[in-house]
Amino acid sequence: MSFLSILYALLFYAATILLVVGLGRKIAQYARTPAPLKIPTMPAPTTQTGVVIRVATEVVFFRQLFKSNKWIWVFGWMFHMGLFLVLARHLRYFTEPVWTWVVLIQPFGKYASFAMVAGLAGLWARRILVERIRYISAPSDHLMLALLLGIGLSGMGMTFVAHIDIVSLKAFLLGLMRFDWSHSLPSDALLLIHLLLVAILMIIFPISKLLHAPGVFFSPTLNQVDNAREKRHLAPWAAELDAKRAE
Amino acid sequence: MNNGGPFIAKPAHNEPLGYPGELIDGWEDVAVAKLGDLASKYRSLQVFLDSCVKCGACTDKCHYFQGTHDPKNMPVGRQDLLRKVYRRYYTFAGKYFPKLVGAVDMTKEVLDDWYTYYHQCSQCRRCSVFCPYGIDTAEISMAAREIMDTVGLGSKYNNEIIVKAQTIGNNLGLPEPALVDTLGGLEEDLLDDTGLEIKVPVDVHGADVLLVTPSADFFAEPHIDGLMGYAKVFHAAGISWTLSSYASEAANFSMFIGSYANMKKQAERIRKAALELGVKRLVVGECGHAWRVAYSFWNTLAGPFDFLDPNYPVPQHIVEFTHQLHTAGAIKFDKERNDGKVLTFHDSCNVSRASRMGDKPGGQYRLPRDLLRASCNNFVDMPRETIFESTYCCGGGGGLLTDDLMEVRVKGALPRMEALNHVIQENGVTHMAAICAICKTQFAKVLPYYGMGMDQIISLHQVVGDALVLGTPNQ
Repeated sequence: MSFLSILYALLFYAATILLVVGLGRKIAQYARTPAPLKIPTMPAPTTQTGVVIRVATEVVFFRQLFKSNKWIWVFGWMFHMGLFLVLARHLRYFTEPVWTWVVLIQPFGKYASFAMVAGLAGLWARRILVERIRYISAPSDHLMLALLLGIGLSGMGMTFVAHIDIVSLKAFLLGLMRFDWSHSLPSDALLLIHLLLVAILMIIFPISKLLHAPGVFFSPTLNQVDNAREKRHLAPWAAELDAKRAE
Repeated sequence: MNNGGPFIAKPAHNEPLGYPGELIDGWEDVAVAKLGDLASKYRSLQVFLDSCVKCGACTDKCHYFQGTHDPKNMPVGRQDLLRKVYRRYYTFAGKYFPKLVGAVDMTKEVLDDWYTYYHQCSQCRRCSVFCPYGIDTAEISMAAREIMDTVGLGSKYNNEIIVKAQTIGNNLGLPEPALVDTLGGLEEDLLDDTGLEIKVPVDVHGADVLLVTPSADFFAEPHIDGLMGYAKVFHAAGISWTLSSYASEAANFSMFIGSYANMKKQAERIRKAALELGVKRLVVGECGHAWRVAYSFWNTLAGPFDFLDPNYPVPQHIVEFTHQLHTAGAIKFDKERNDGKVLTFHDSCNVSRASRMGDKPGGQYRLPRDLLRASCNNFVDMPRETIFESTYCCGGGGGLLTDDLMEVRVKGALPRMEALNHVIQENGVTHMAAICAICKTQFAKVLPYYGMGMDQIISLHQVVGDALVLGTPNQ
């Protein structure tokens, strides 16, 4: 294993640990924090099944965003759906033999990268050109888009322009997963840039606004059932106040 | 729009609520600690502070932004006043790279901005309808106000009212003898109007229904006509009812300042009144934020209400009550009596986005319109993007209905005034009915600023009461 390979191996082990532990801690925090009052944004579903459908519609179709602003929706949805397909396609580098459905989506996954990059570019253009959005943007908001664009473009470069030794890369990645460090990482510049940016993304995921990904599932305005009159809702710290009630 | 915020509460308004009299020494640390405490108690706050991606979807959705064009009145701009402090003290990036993520220290300048801009939010939840994560600025502004109260910086309007409601029983500070006297006067007016002995009872033990209504209904115009409308409905249906002088207020301003403990204290007065009067049902009068607290929070704050008749929802909105009677054929309307009016309906923000009526989602939009259509021949809705879940706040909700915020109130009413003006021009609308005490007061005040008449805002139950067939007067 070359020095570079060792460096990247360590980087990816560290990034994976930070991502999993960091995200796990945030999810645990969201799950543990009580929601003392019923605050679904109405009209809201009156059943748990309805809530599952509501949250799923938000996560898959960005329904509220669609209502809100068609341009942000178009760019945001293109980016996220593109990213989803691209990520799914990437499973082929981590599985042996490659699962059938991953084989089937391969062509879609390749071209989805165009949607992903176009969406990102659109979002960035709005962030710069629309005065209201420029006002609310911190440097980190621009850097996040730059990071994602960098990942997308470097990946596309390898897919469509300068192919790398993908067989060696896969051997290296499978080796990392099986703690077999005998394979070296190809040293193409595009690949090294791509992987470095991905590692950075993994590391900052749990400490950035990317927390919207787990957050959307825990948002009380979206995930609560409208049944306040029928069922008494009481958080533990609020129940303590109840015990002191003067009748 | 930096107007410095509303008048600041004095010690006499703060201390009875458990807050320091005035801004305490070392308030910076206390405020930061309180922020952490609230984030650990409210999942909404924790998730909302973390999740915003600054996509910009909410930026043009707030009526105060539309009226003032101040970027700090964009929902995300308002949230960020708190979020940037949260980031500074509670996130890795904000602690070590504050400039990168826009994190700032808790300073007097920040606190002043909080005081100004968290009192330019009416907690109407319109932004939460348009946010891809459902981030509700109302939750953020409630938290900010609670933090400010905790360090001794409260708004006079809210805290003074809450003290009155907790000691005297209503926001006006109307004591029992004055209330009884006022209601006696109302009965005389009803007798003059109808020739019938229609009662407005108070503290009647063993009545079927306890009506809890905003105290503005007792004296303000056009609210009082709504109260007379409720009395007519009870009379026509032959259902015994009573008000309570102990719990003579439906509004719960403690929600505006985000105080669970104070909100609970106020809600428990109603439970106590219902128990003492031995009623079977709880009905709530026309009031927006009050109905949110009643519908969504009473069961949590003061429940369980298992001592009431299980055949009726607890609590029930007066619109649900009247709607049910009308559907059952127990009351009848003569629509033609309202032929002089062309009506539209203002969906109150908190009724629309924080509560329900009836047993299906959206009943809060359907039931009031059913009643209006049943009691008048000319009803027109305002443009779709300004009603139902997208309705605009009147501009005076959330604890802003005070003269020291008049400029903000007028500007915040802009989107609703434009929508109303549209149907006045296009459809000849003469009156807008509302089901919220704050909306009614606010519109009566701001309509003239927009060239309309203050009497164009009326209570829904005035329309209902005017059309209600009451039988022949006994001479």
